[in-house]
Amino acid sequence: MKRNKFTILESTAVPLPLANIDTDQIIPARFLSATVREGFGEKLFRDWRFDGDGNPIPGFVLNNPRYRGEILITGSNFGCGSSREHAVWAITGHGFRAVVSDSFADIFMNNALNNGLLTVTVTPEFLAQLTNIITSRPDTIVRIDLQDQIISVPEAELESGFPLNAFRKECLTKGLDNIDYLLSMKEEIIAFEKSRQK
Amino acid sequence: MNGKILFDKIWDTHVVRSISGGPDVLYIDRHYIHEVTSPQAFSGLRQRGAGVFRPERTIATADHNIPTINQHLPIADPVSRLQVETLEDNCRTSGITFFGMGDPGNGIVHVTGPGLGYTLPGMTIVCGDSHTSTHGAFGTIAFGIGTSEVEMVLATQCLLQARPKQMRINVSGKLLEGVTSKDLILYIIASLGTGGATGFFVEYAGETVRKLSMESRMTVCNMSIEMGARGGLIAPDEVTFNWLAQIPSVSENLEFSHLVHQWHALQSDSGAHFDREATFEASGIPPMITYGTSPGMGMAVDGVIPYPGETGVSPGEKLPSSSGEEPSTGMAGHKVNGPYLKSLEYMGFKPGMKLLGHPIDYVFLGSCTNGRIEDLRLFTAAVAGKKKATGVTALIVPGSQQVARQAEREGLTETLRLAGFEMRQPGCSSCLAMNEDKIPAGKYAVSTSNRNFEGRQGPGARTLLAGPLVAAAAAVTGRITDPRDMGWRL
Ligand code: SF4
Repeated sequence: MKRNKFTILESTAVPLPLANIDTDQIIPARFLSATVREGFGEKLFRDWRFDGDGNPIPGFVLNNPRYRGEILITGSNFGCGSSREHAVWAITGHGFRAVVSDSFADIFMNNALNNGLLTVTVTPEFLAQLTNIITSRPDTIVRIDLQDQIISVPEAELESGFPLNAFRKECLTKGLDNIDYLLSMKEEIIAFEKSRQK
Repeated sequence: MNGKILFDKIWDTHVVRSISGGPDVLYIDRHYIHEVTSPQAFSGLRQRGAGVFRPERTIATADHNIPTINQHLPIADPVSRLQVETLEDNCRTSGITFFGMGDPGNGIVHVTGPGLGYTLPGMTIVCGDSHTSTHGAFGTIAFGIGTSEVEMVLATQCLLQARPKQMRINVSGKLLEGVTSKDLILYIIASLGTGGATGFFVEYAGETVRKLSMESRMTVCNMSIEMGARGGLIAPDEVTFNWLAQIPSVSENLEFSHLVHQWHALQSDSGAHFDREATFEASGIPPMITYGTSPGMGMAVDGVIPYPGETGVSPGEKLPSSSGEEPSTGMAGHKVNGPYLKSLEYMGFKPGMKLLGHPIDYVFLGSCTNGRIEDLRLFTAAVAGKKKATGVTALIVPGSQQVARQAEREGLTETLRLAGFEMRQPGCSSCLAMNEDKIPAGKYAVSTSNRNFEGRQGPGARTLLAGPLVAAAAAVTGRITDPRDMGWRL
């Protein structure tokens, strides 16, 4: 299946500087009964975003019209907890294309990359600087260059590299799908099974 | 010569191809699926015109959203019902074994799978569920995956995975009386932190671990994910082989003794190198309870809620006195202490507070962490001859049909009934509250499950994670109680 290619993303960003944001906050379990991938965007951070009656909670950043954009800037250990890919579908469904943190939970990171959501891992110092800039000046543009693996804030001359393994990068920049890659290996997999039976 | 670690021994025999600069293509021996994380994987398969490659390697159960009463009736909630029916349809059309609600093989995927003998030493095991790490108790590489990866495994029986870093956690000495394997793992998580093992796979070793039963080992491995680890495993030994020998479908296998012989090789060689090691002394571990909204926020049940920056797990260490100055909740303190205090505020607690004697409203015994027969035995032995405290709602939920039958046979169900407890039907239940078993907002639940996240057990619910004995003590006293003060001889 074809996916959107990820090359350069320039956007304003939304700061949510909390550590250990778990997948139950990103998408509460009671919304997991759906059998499709669509519709989770509205439920993103549901219980932080809306009160019990469905009214927006004014203090929450996604309800603050000053903060908009396709980049979510967050805290350490983002996406810990359950393996639910619904968390990624909620984030992409809301319109985010990249999440920036100094650490991500492993399963979340795999799920994100498998859905074309880029996880950008930076140092705690860079994250703190970036969060400060975005929080105080919400219309600042953040630039993520996947090819060169650089995240920057041009107007503040702030810049940092970020790690990503070569295979993942190729999949993202070319819009390749991992399952197609594995399907193309069927013969090799069958040969492997045979070799183990010996 | 450097020895090889157990993880690498298993991993290396499952690599179909190594991609340079990328992950390995890893062959998966056992794939478990459930209703919540699989429907989109099957529809993805259909969209690309692919089928299930090796249906005999996948086992399905309905567990997350099923009710725990009246399982003979159709699920009332139409959305949940559709999800379970979708799983059943998908399994039928692709030839996958499915244990539906009420089936003798049904139960929480990580309880029923091992119980039925589908988890065997040396396997690679995945499931669209983070607590797949449970199966590591048998000496397997077992970890949770997302739905795209479920689709990958259905389509090709393989997964793209980078080899994680390796950590060994050694525990020596004897656990004190009244201390369970749940306390052990809560203690380890509180010490290392919720991100303490991110990027690592953990091997649990040492004499304490060797002495644990299979059920207790599963409890430990189960919660590996709560410190960020990809998974946790324990080398198989006689405890493992004897446990498996009791499962007819395993022991009746003609090759069983041959397999056991092979499984003996599944150990880390002496001198093998781990990227990180941590050591714990069992005798220093008290009965534990969590006081916050992350599993790392744990302390001795008779401890004092730490101030920001402190940890709750060195009961011998001096903590700032509760009469001391409260940390500021204003903007200055917000950056560092904000999440911590926000978490305590959600729980209705303050630093410096003791939890002993704090009234509670709910007790939940169950989940893939503590929903096994050993947990039911322990809980039942503790409450036998006593009465459930009035005002406490107790949810006693066996992890599988198999566990429920065993509890019935052993008379546990009856003992529990006499003590005022009702045994529910198996499922994930209040662990994630996708069904009706929700804890109401603001109520306190002592829960033997694995996550105390905000809203995990229902919007606004306040979860205190603990082992079956702390849960039993709370259930009969209606308060947070130290099981060592109950005079139990279990
Ligand atoms: S019991 Fe809880 S943790 Fe275990 S599989 Fe079910 S929902 Fe997940």
